[in-house]
Amino acid sequence: MSVLASIDLQTLGDAFGLGAIYALMAVGIGLVFGVLRLVNFAYGQLIMAGAYTLAYTSGWPVAASIVSCFAVVVALSLAMDRVVFRPLRSSSPAVMLVTTFAIAFLLQAVALIIDLRDGQLGEVASSIAPLNQAVSVGGVDVRKVTFVAVGVALGALIALALVLTRTTIGLHTRAAASDFRTARLLGVRANRVIAFAVVVSGLLAGAVAVLLTVQNPFVQPDFALEDTIIVLVGVVVGGIDRLWTATLGGFAIGFVSVLVNAALPTDQTVFLPSVVYALVIVVLLLRPAGLFAWGRRAAMERV
Amino acid sequence: MRFSLGALVELLGPALLVIVVGLLATTASASNEVYFLNALVSVAIVVAIYVFVGISGVLSFGQISFVAVGAFAAGVMTVPVESKKGVLTTIFPILRDHSVGNVPSLLLAAALGGVFAFVVGMPLMRLSGLAAGIATFAVLEITHNVLREWTKIGPGATTLALVPETTGALQATLGALVAIVVAFLYQRSRRGRLLRASREDPAVARSVGVNIHLERLLAFTVSGALAGFAGALYVHLLGSITTEQVYLELTFLTLAMLVIGGLTSLWGAVVGALAVSGLDSFLSRAEQSDVHVIFTFTLWQGTRLVFLAAIMALVLILRPSGLTGGREFRLRWLRRR
Repeated sequence: MSVLASIDLQTLGDAFGLGAIYALMAVGIGLVFGVLRLVNFAYGQLIMAGAYTLAYTSGWPVAASIVSCFAVVVALSLAMDRVVFRPLRSSSPAVMLVTTFAIAFLLQAVALIIDLRDGQLGEVASSIAPLNQAVSVGGVDVRKVTFVAVGVALGALIALALVLTRTTIGLHTRAAASDFRTARLLGVRANRVIAFAVVVSGLLAGAVAVLLTVQNPFVQPDFALEDTIIVLVGVVVGGIDRLWTATLGGFAIGFVSVLVNAALPTDQTVFLPSVVYALVIVVLLLRPAGLFAWGRRAAMERV
Repeated sequence: MRFSLGALVELLGPALLVIVVGLLATTASASNEVYFLNALVSVAIVVAIYVFVGISGVLSFGQISFVAVGAFAAGVMTVPVESKKGVLTTIFPILRDHSVGNVPSLLLAAALGGVFAFVVGMPLMRLSGLAAGIATFAVLEITHNVLREWTKIGPGATTLALVPETTGALQATLGALVAIVVAFLYQRSRRGRLLRASREDPAVARSVGVNIHLERLLAFTVSGALAGFAGALYVHLLGSITTEQVYLELTFLTLAMLVIGGLTSLWGAVVGALAVSGLDSFLSRAEQSDVHVIFTFTLWQGTRLVFLAAIMALVLILRPSGLTGGREFRLRWLRRR
């Protein structure tokens, strides 16, 4: 019982908060994967760029600061597509992935140079920090940002679901995600669909930048790097072939990490990554196509 | 096994290149020598990765875990017993009271890497594609976490120091050569060819009776042993090591070397490792002081990584099949038409 007793409402609140942020990142990664078949490792650096924008515009009104964060992230996301993803469209998955490693390192190195102009590492984004204060709900302290995160995630997911199911561009995107070549033959314009996916994924990265910066206002070049890696793992564990299984995977890994952290004895919490990644291996072995990919077995392509 | 002349050329190309780099290392000044030695150890690591990733076509982010295990095993076991009592106070007494020499430590690292890879590979080699990539990445995370936090087997999060620096020009060259020869013999063997067939077309390979799981497990084990061996070379080069040095950055850098050289050939692995380490060394020299190559280079402080990453991305975009195009080394005039 001791394990269950340690998982209280407080922990559940944190778990939902982190799960919501990871779900947003999972959608951003999953959308681009859907149309480009590209695992974008540099997604975290988009978030990092947004966080730096928030830090450097700390003196501005909060709204202006957040708008500029979104603008920078979307612009960077589009530039990444134009300069890197487009020439790579016909390359093998390994080449695409390794190129995004290189881009991630490139952006991190650039951020380091910009950051070090004032002689010390890290910048503080102070203007939106008040969201990090706790409010008491039924005797449990929950940080305001948890509500905001869950709210933003739900709102963004519902809006995206509506766009994907009710609009032409959404229909085109879904068609491209299930079979790009056939969709193109049927008149779907590749560049428009990809630009749509890239912009939406950039907007989501901007939102995540705001939410993560509230929780951790100290921005460094490796900001969000660890989160991105965990979300990438979660996306594959959930099932990267479909957007909703990828999203659930992202949510699940955030949610489960917080719960496992709470369940471990205090002197053993340093082994949290081992426990989480051992779970990842078990899930992958049992359901290689994805934890939530029900009803479809991974069939080997016939000759 | 009998080899044709063409097959031997395939081995001689990478081997001679490595020997030339080794000779250059002996003529270089003391401050430059380390760049050449680093390049040779990178060759050993990248060839180890190639044996699994290149030949099987399955992406793995986990091979650096075997490098890490090899490095820490060889490191902990070669620190002299009298200094161990002072610096490694928390480890198991049996590890604390015994030390081995340089060569046994290399063999020990290879054996441990192989056994670890075999045990991990047994369940994981059933996976392919992204699932395999993520599962092997999970192995890297767990290995790093355990090495970093479990202070009974090593130094934990602190630096492991006082490791004898035995990887000079001779050991680095021989080490890289050993990796190349083992990789060559494996890829030329029947087992290697079966695995290569399964990379080209898994369904057909299976239909003619190739046990893909078994072939992948064998390659993973050989790769793990070579990676452990390369890890031992690495720790004996550095003299001191932390768990962070055999973790994410090394994983990405070595994978990038392999892909830049050309994922599907031994020649590509060697060329990629030497090209990227050469570029990195050149840029870090240019960052420290002027470098004269035709005209004078000076890099703005801190821009080395920017250039390195940008050039790597550029090569991948312009030449997605790698510098060698994924082909083995050949001499045109020896080939019969």
